[in-house]
Amino acid sequence: MAILKINNLSKSFGGLKAINNVSFHLQEGAIKAVIGPNGAGKTTLFNLISGFLKPDNGSIIFKDTGIDGLDAHRIATLGIARTFQHIRLFPGMNVLENVMMGRHRFARTGFLSSMLNMPWKRREEREIKEKALYALEFVGIAELAYKDALELSYGQQRLVELARALALEPEILLLDEPAAGLNMRETAEMGILIERIRDKGVTVLIVEHDMTLIMKISDEIVVLSYGEKIAEDNPLSIQKNEEVIRVYLGEEDA
Amino acid sequence: MKHFYKIALLVIVLIGLQVTVTMTDRVYYLTQLTMAAYYTMAVLGLTLLMGYAGQISLGHAGFFAIGGYTSAVLTTFNLRPYSDSILFRLLDTLHLLQRREDLYGELIINVNPVIAMVLAIVISAVIAYVIGIPVLKLKGHYLAMATLGFGIIVYRIVLGTPVFGEADGISDVPPFFFFGNFGISGDMDLRIQNYYIAWAFVVLILFILMNLLDSRVGRALRAIHGAEDASKSVGVDTAEYKLKTFVLSAVIASMAGVCLTHFNGGIGPSEASVMKSIRYVSIVAAGGMASLWGTMFMSTFLNFMSLRGYFGSYDDAVFGGILILIMLFAPEGILSLSFRRWFSKLFSPAEDG
Repeated sequence: MAILKINNLSKSFGGLKAINNVSFHLQEGAIKAVIGPNGAGKTTLFNLISGFLKPDNGSIIFKDTGIDGLDAHRIATLGIARTFQHIRLFPGMNVLENVMMGRHRFARTGFLSSMLNMPWKRREEREIKEKALYALEFVGIAELAYKDALELSYGQQRLVELARALALEPEILLLDEPAAGLNMRETAEMGILIERIRDKGVTVLIVEHDMTLIMKISDEIVVLSYGEKIAEDNPLSIQKNEEVIRVYLGEEDA
Repeated sequence: MKHFYKIALLVIVLIGLQVTVTMTDRVYYLTQLTMAAYYTMAVLGLTLLMGYAGQISLGHAGFFAIGGYTSAVLTTFNLRPYSDSILFRLLDTLHLLQRREDLYGELIINVNPVIAMVLAIVISAVIAYVIGIPVLKLKGHYLAMATLGFGIIVYRIVLGTPVFGEADGISDVPPFFFFGNFGISGDMDLRIQNYYIAWAFVVLILFILMNLLDSRVGRALRAIHGAEDASKSVGVDTAEYKLKTFVLSAVIASMAGVCLTHFNGGIGPSEASVMKSIRYVSIVAAGGMASLWGTMFMSTFLNFMSLRGYFGSYDDAVFGGILILIMLFAPEGILSLSFRRWFSKLFSPAEDG
């Protein structure tokens, strides 16, 4: 079943068509990858789905609800979590607090009950902490919970960001280059982690340049070039697709 | 109750301060310490907005003045000519009117300051809300300019409107008694009582703000300050949080304005001036930007010095100077850790390597 349907999506910046009439479906419980040369519009696509940009045309349907044009925070609240290409953690917070932010959508305590330190505020705070610790354990960095997030290594910061996104208990997880800046071993571990996330029932959409990782973990691949979809197939067929090979080799020639 | 010990310590210090000034025959210091407390209240609200949510306001004296002037107008307006109206009789049966004599022995009937306080809160909340929606979409310098504009508008309005007493302001504002002779009053005999009332307000605000910061809401505010996109990506409605914080800090400033107006028995346009707003910002900066305690100490100290006249006619210049120095040398405030490190390095022998 398609959990996310992207239909005829377009987005221009001035005269540049960053995303041009792109359509594809995301099957529930699958790992789908979006690949393409630099400037193909992958990150723009992510920003459109997660609400950081508004599409000019087309629709994005999440479980029968149109989410195109909704604000980013509303889309996150519906259960679509994302990570960023350039890691964005909250400065001045430790790892646990960063991940606790991921529980925001499940908590209800507002200004007044926080100011008055109501009993339900404290109960909710305990729940948030428990679930955040669980997310940290899942990605394997529970021991770093009380470290300052910005003092961690790059690979560890990626995991904190991932744990924060997982704390949202998302139905769809958008990963924007999760292996960027990671060494080979860390990349392999990231691959295993993404598969474990999929096995939990989370649908994953991933943008990534590391082809070994992509070919290994994804069920389906969408190839973008200059904002247009040029192919969509399983990893084996994509590797043999002439159009895809031309786009990639052409880039190397340049 | 991890805040309990800090607050208990503060209360002990406050009592110690009162006892000390009383024993050393300097009871008159309590007047300035009381006024400093009300300014501190306003500045604490601004710390929440600036230091934690990361949104600057150069118009906070505007909200302080809105509170003060609302209360001053309402509690000095003589309702005696309207004593036949239904509203008058309703307020009278609810004991929400108070009667007193003016300087010439004429009877004046005013609304009780409680009503004024409630209305001041409502009015400032509504104004902050209406202004906040468009203005908080701006960031950085633009937000500073827009709030500065708001502050200037409030200043010019109170300066140019007869109801607000123009350049003279409003005087003869009655005391705000909660019951009997207990309440906010500039009466010399009630100095000690007023010192404690004012600081009780500060402690209360400190307490609720610490609770707020130590919660999901406080975490979200720090998140917005640190990485706005990331906070949206976890579902934080950043616009709503900024707006609510802006309204809350405006209401706190407005309450402080009401209290100080009843303590001083009047209010003048200087309370609404842009220099007052800049003073609040420089105190927040001096206190360490994101530090309620730092702000409280700095505000008490600087306001006390200013009110005692130690800065002479350079009063505003001192606060402008403080702002410049802090922005240059200690953007996180002089009570912040990095500044203390830098400062101690300055006076320690050169390190090897």
